[in-house]
Amino acid sequence: MNVYPYLAAMALTTYLIRVLPLSLFRKPIRSRFLRSFLYYVPYCCLTVMTFPAILTSTSSALSGGAALAAAVILALLGKSLIVVALSSSAAVLAVEWLLGIL
Amino acid sequence: MTNNWNEYKTGVLGGWPVGVGYFSVSFGFGAMAVAQGVKVLEATLISLTNMTSAGQFAGLTLIVAGAALWEMVLTQLVINSRYALMSLALSQRMGSKIGLLPRLIIAFFNTDEIFALAMAREQPLTVPYLLGLGLLPIAGWTLGTLCGGLAGSALPQSIRTALGVMLYGMFVAVVVPPAKQKRQVLWAVLLSMGLSALFAWMPVLNRLSQGLTIVVCTVAAAAACAALFPVKEEAAV
Repeated sequence: MNVYPYLAAMALTTYLIRVLPLSLFRKPIRSRFLRSFLYYVPYCCLTVMTFPAILTSTSSALSGGAALAAAVILALLGKSLIVVALSSSAAVLAVEWLLGIL
Repeated sequence: MTNNWNEYKTGVLGGWPVGVGYFSVSFGFGAMAVAQGVKVLEATLISLTNMTSAGQFAGLTLIVAGAALWEMVLTQLVINSRYALMSLALSQRMGSKIGLLPRLIIAFFNTDEIFALAMAREQPLTVPYLLGLGLLPIAGWTLGTLCGGLAGSALPQSIRTALGVMLYGMFVAVVVPPAKQKRQVLWAVLLSMGLSALFAWMPVLNRLSQGLTIVVCTVAAAAACAALFPVKEEAAV
């Protein structure tokens, strides 16, 4: 696959989103709906990208599910970003090792 | 001159913790990218030129799926739309003294975290301070991807698979704490999960490409929540 056309499209689009409001359009957004929409976008897109994709990202839905469960539980307990991330990796290793010996 | 140098140093020091955090997140991105067949150099260049976690992750999904370029543009527009709001707010905060050229440079690295640091500063924002602020986050983000990519290519398959879920874990770590605190964020997360599951598993709906699925679900869930639970004026940024 040729990554570079995609790279250019991604980088250019992302830069334009950032640079236009900072250079040309400098008026604040007044619409409450639009402000609220933009407030929710990060939460929604991160969730959509994570679920259910995490379940199919490993060699078995069991290990993917374990990764999700470990991350949610440790995040609920208020653990830091890196601890949560490593716990999901550890869960995959543990479950796939178990599946291998069963 | 000394004043400018001091401002630059203050910025660099302020960006230090963000740089370290970015290193670990982009390590996950690099590991995931090579696990899906992207070369280490390509993954590193994506990080250097994009400076955005969610956008790059979605981009990676689209690259691997061999999506159309317009789909890539649309997906980035939706996922990164929040930066427009941040740039607007930062633009107001910078005032009229800062010229066009510095704005063109600073826009490149206006990420969630750098934006938060800049907005939280009590003293007026200066160009050397803002440029300093970007230095370590850009370095951390790029080098983290490089290291993650190298580790991902060198390690055995089982470790590679395990590292590949790190980024998902990080997304969970970003979303869960606010969802625990704020009812409206919890609804946004649950609604997004439901829609996303629908588009993954329902016949007909599951034929939509992954990029468009991200766009459609994100727009639908965020619009529904904006209509049902509009946020208060100041909280929106």
